[in-house]
Amino acid sequence: MSRALPILEAPAVPLTALDQLWFQVAGTVCNLRCSHCFISCSPENHSHWFLGRAEVREHLATSASMGVKEYYFTGGEPFMHREMTGILDDTLAIGPATVLTNATLLPQRTVDELARIAGGSMYTLELRVSIDGTTREMNDALRGEGAFERAMAGMERLVAAGFLPIVTAMQTWQDPETPEVLAAFRELLAGIGYVRARVKILPRLRIGAEQERAGGYCETDRVTAEMMVSYDADLLLCARARLVTARGIWVCPILLDSESGRLGETLQEAVAAPALLSEQACYTCYVSGAICSNTPGYTKDFS
Amino acid sequence: MNPGGAAFPSQQEYHRIAVFGGVYSNHLALEAALTDAKRRNVDEVICLGDLGAFGPHPDKAARVLRDSGIPVVCGNYDDSVARGLDDCQCGYTDPRDNQFARLSYQYTFRNTSPKHRAWMGTFPSELRFQLGALSVLACHGSPRQINEFLWESTTPTHFLQKLARDTGADVMLGTHTGIHWERRWGDPNASPSARQEFGGAYVNVGALGRPANDGRTEVWYALLEAEGRELTVEFVPVSYDYRALALEMRSEDLPEEFVQTILTGWWTTCLEILPGKERAKGRF
Repeated sequence: MSRALPILEAPAVPLTALDQLWFQVAGTVCNLRCSHCFISCSPENHSHWFLGRAEVREHLATSASMGVKEYYFTGGEPFMHREMTGILDDTLAIGPATVLTNATLLPQRTVDELARIAGGSMYTLELRVSIDGTTREMNDALRGEGAFERAMAGMERLVAAGFLPIVTAMQTWQDPETPEVLAAFRELLAGIGYVRARVKILPRLRIGAEQERAGGYCETDRVTAEMMVSYDADLLLCARARLVTARGIWVCPILLDSESGRLGETLQEAVAAPALLSEQACYTCYVSGAICSNTPGYTKDFS
Repeated sequence: MNPGGAAFPSQQEYHRIAVFGGVYSNHLALEAALTDAKRRNVDEVICLGDLGAFGPHPDKAARVLRDSGIPVVCGNYDDSVARGLDDCQCGYTDPRDNQFARLSYQYTFRNTSPKHRAWMGTFPSELRFQLGALSVLACHGSPRQINEFLWESTTPTHFLQKLARDTGADVMLGTHTGIHWERRWGDPNASPSARQEFGGAYVNVGALGRPANDGRTEVWYALLEAEGRELTVEFVPVSYDYRALALEMRSEDLPEEFVQTILTGWWTTCLEILPGKERAKGRF
C-alpha cells in the first residue's frame, strides 16, 4: 500500500469552483483486468457499484445550479452500464460530456446511438479511448489479450461516425522517447482513417494494480505544506472537481480506493469540504497538473 | 480575479456598439474593421485585447489602435508583453501548439516598442457600461479569468448564468478563442408566461487577427444594439487585403503555417485546445 500522510500534516486545498463533475458511472466494474489500473478494476471488483440513471439525473440538476462546466464519466468501463447512452442523452442536454472508455464494448449500434446524441446537442461529446501502446504486444501486455484488436475496431467505428476520439496512453517509456511514441500513434491511427489524431499521455499512478506491477511511490513522493507555498493549487483537479459515486462523493477519480478521498454524502457537503493532499498519488497531480481533464486548462490568474 | 479592476472611463450609456478582439497584429483587418464600424454609425468601438501575436509588425496595429482612442480591455498577450513575461499565457497544452505560441510571442515581444508595452500595461481587465437598459461586462477570456477558453460546445448555459449572477451583468462579452458565437437565456425568475423574455446573454465577439477556421478569409467582429432590454447581435465579416498581410508575414519570416491560415481560412496550429465539435468543423 502507498502510505498516506497523517491528516493533520496534509495540505488542504479548498474548492475554487465546481467546474467539473465526474461520475464513477460503472463503479469499479470493468470487462478488462488491466495490470496497470490504479483502482484495480475488473469484472469481480464490486467495491463501487454502478450509478443509476435517476441518480445521475439528480446530480445533473443539482450541478446546474452550481454552474458546473464539464461532465466526465468513468469506471470501470462506462459502456458496461446498460443505461450509458441514456445517461449521455440526459447530460448532453445541459452540457458537454467526456467518457473514459476502453472502446472494446462499442458495437455499431452503440456508436450510431452516440453519433445521434452528439449530433443532436450543441455541446461536445468527447470519447477518451485508452490504448496503451502502438502494437498489440505493448497494449495487451497491460490490458489483456485481444484488447488491442477490439479497441482499434471500436476506434475505427467512432472515427467513421465522425468522432475525434482522444487516445490516452499511460507513459511506460522514458521521456526522450515521447516524440517517437506520439509519431507511432499517429501512424497507427492514420491506418484506420484517423488522420488528425488527438493523443494524450498520462503519467503512471503508482497505486492499485500498477503498484503491484511496477512498484509504488518513493518515501519522499508526497506533497507537503512547504511545497504548496508558491504553488498554484488551481492546477490540481481537486480545486475544480468532485466525483459522484454510488457510495457518496469523492474528491477525485484517482483516490477512489482511499477512504480519505470521501468528502461527504451529498454534493453540497463535498463542495464545502477541502481536499486533503494526504495520499502519495497526490504527488503525481502536483507534478503533472490536472491529468484527468481533457486539457489541464487552468493557469494562474494574474494579479 | 483579473488584474487591474474595472477601470471603465465613465458611466457610459450606449445604444449601438462595435466590439472586436484578438487583433493579433493584423493591422490591415483592424483598419478595415474600424472603417466598417464607423460607416455603421456606432456610438463606440471597443477592443477586447490581444493586440499582438501571429501577424507581422505588432507596432503597426498598436499604433492604429492607439490613434483611434478606443477603449481596450487587457488580453493575456497584452498582459504578458506589458510585464515582460516569458510566455503569452495563451493556455495551450500541446507541445506543437506551444512551440508555435513561443515563436509568435518571441517575435511579438521583440518587435513591440517600449512605448506600446507601457501603454498595454494601462489596459483594464474589464469594462462595464450600459447598452440600452442592459448592463454589460466586457472582458477578454471570461469574467473570472483572463485566459479562460469559452467555446460554444463546452460552455453550458447554466455556467454562463452563474457568471452573470456572480458579476451582476446582463450581457457578457469576451473573445480569446478566436471563434465567434452567441448564447441567450430567458429570465428564470419571470412568471411562466414571461419566461421567454430576455434574461441574459454571452457574446464571443470573435477575432480580427485570423479567420474563424471556417474556410473563409474574412475575419469577424460583433455589432450590438439594445433598445431597452431588446438586444440585437450581428456578427460582421470583414474583408481586407489578406494577400498583402500574407506577403508581409513571409517577409518577416513568420511560420508558413500562420500564412496558410490567413490565405485559406483554416487553422493549422493551436488546434489541440479545440473541443471535438469545433475541431471537427475545421480542416486540420
